[in-house]
Amino acid sequence: MDVQALKKIANEVRKDIVTEVYYAKAGHPGGSLSSAEIYTYLYFEEMNVDPKDPKNPDRDRFVLSKGHTCPGLYAAMCERGYFDREELKTFRHIGARLQGHPSMHYLPGIDMSSGSLGQGISVAVGMALAAKLQGKSYRTYTLLGDGELEEGQVWEAAMFAGAKKLDNLCVIVDNNNLQIDGSITEVNNPYPIDKKFEAFNFNVLHADGQDFESLATSFARARELKGQPTVIICKTLKGKGVSFMENSVDWHGKAPNDEQYKIAMADLERIGEAL
Amino acid sequence: MSDVKRIATRETYGKTLVELGAEYPNLVVLDADLAGATKTGVFKKAYPDRHIDCGIAESNMMSIAAGLAASGMIPFASTFAMFAAGRAYEQVRNSIGYPHLNVKIGATHAGISVGEDGASHQCLEDLALMRAIPGMVVMCPADDTEARACIKAAVEHDGPVYMRFGRAPVPVVFGDDYKFEIGKGAILREGTDVSIIANGLCVASALEAADMLAADGISAEIVNICTIKPLDEELVVKTAAKTGKVVTAEEHSIIGGLGGAVAECLSEKCPTKMYRIGVRDRFGESGPAIPLLHKYELDGEGVYKQVKAFLEA
Repeated sequence: MDVQALKKIANEVRKDIVTEVYYAKAGHPGGSLSSAEIYTYLYFEEMNVDPKDPKNPDRDRFVLSKGHTCPGLYAAMCERGYFDREELKTFRHIGARLQGHPSMHYLPGIDMSSGSLGQGISVAVGMALAAKLQGKSYRTYTLLGDGELEEGQVWEAAMFAGAKKLDNLCVIVDNNNLQIDGSITEVNNPYPIDKKFEAFNFNVLHADGQDFESLATSFARARELKGQPTVIICKTLKGKGVSFMENSVDWHGKAPNDEQYKIAMADLERIGEAL
Repeated sequence: MSDVKRIATRETYGKTLVELGAEYPNLVVLDADLAGATKTGVFKKAYPDRHIDCGIAESNMMSIAAGLAASGMIPFASTFAMFAAGRAYEQVRNSIGYPHLNVKIGATHAGISVGEDGASHQCLEDLALMRAIPGMVVMCPADDTEARACIKAAVEHDGPVYMRFGRAPVPVVFGDDYKFEIGKGAILREGTDVSIIANGLCVASALEAADMLAADGISAEIVNICTIKPLDEELVVKTAAKTGKVVTAEEHSIIGGLGGAVAECLSEKCPTKMYRIGVRDRFGESGPAIPLLHKYELDGEGVYKQVKAFLEA
């Protein structure tokens, strides 16, 4: 798929995100929007997945460790054909398959229920280990927030993945620099992220998380690198694409009202027209 | 009871996993640097490729187990009860319980019979914690025979299971003809004056207490409830209705374990005068296992005394 086509999909993913959160009157738009290109690239280019065969034992696996940004995951899955766009409006509603945090039992195609930060990366490690034990060639991907790196379990998982040389594991960090209480350096300080993963025996790659060519280069390189797991640290902008949500802590976990929804959709329409 | 054969249920855990390893090629055993103590070292020796030491990181181990189960394997995650149910509670709840993954948790060193290590390692709250997780099967076997049956039933059960094992050797109370089913309790001795519902090492204590009570002319019905969740409510109600007085006995806090489960059941379905034998809302302490069990009145004599006091009150 050419970059222009991927850009268009990512813009649709952003519209879907804003729509989900608007209809739910709740949810986490900021960190969903920052990962729009990552989700798009994973579901349209990188991963071996089939919406019609979501339980295929040889499929690539994805664990959304930063589960609260599932509006982005649902949006990419919707665009990829896992379910109809209309269902996005049921996000966080009673009885909905699109739960507030991903649930593998509610929605086929979700490989793991997640949401409690720090656990998803360990589960992904388990899946990568299972592939090694079973002699399977599928790869496992997991997406973490940069604030999530404050969870100790992340480093338990990283130490184990490095020790076991899980080169079929690709950890992605959405480095948008913001968490609920402020910038990640104000709240705590997970930096230097690259040196930490390096010390835990990871291959470390840097990417512009909003640039498909950069993502393509990094994901391709991650496949080639053997003997160690890989982390791709993706520099992103929280709230990307919606003018008033960009780089704003306020939009970590809040839904737009009617007027804000109109402005957000108009922003994204304009971006779409320019593509 | 000095001539009685004694085996620690953690020994049973290791041995039974070796047996099952041959039959279930997708069975893997996880440890957190305690394979020597959880007794899974024998599995590691027999199946080195299927033993995964996660190091001293129990939370990570539980979530890794979830990932393995989600990929079609049957992981037995092994560590002390304190760390399995305590430290890694939220991983068990969210990575294993909520997605209802096929992870088996082998929790050894439960209760005060851990002994000399003292309170920090004597988990008395694990049954309460695990029982509160929807869909979790919770078992506390009484002896070697029952532990082996439990582990075999666990591997055949599709879904998460928590199994509680002990460090100290405990009397073998069941014979080779013992039949086990998840969720089914058993009357070990019929009686008419009082029911003693027990699990774990307190089953042997209850049987011993029954002999002492019989000498006083008191007929105690002894009920073994290995599976505290799902609880065999039919049997609990049946024995309560028969004797009209129920005592529970367990090597656990009186809050939330077997006593809690039986009290919940009876208060709704057959209100009955009850007394809960267990550790009475306090932490344990260091000491050899058998004297500790005596001090905390969880041995035969302790159960006897407490049942007598309850009946005389």
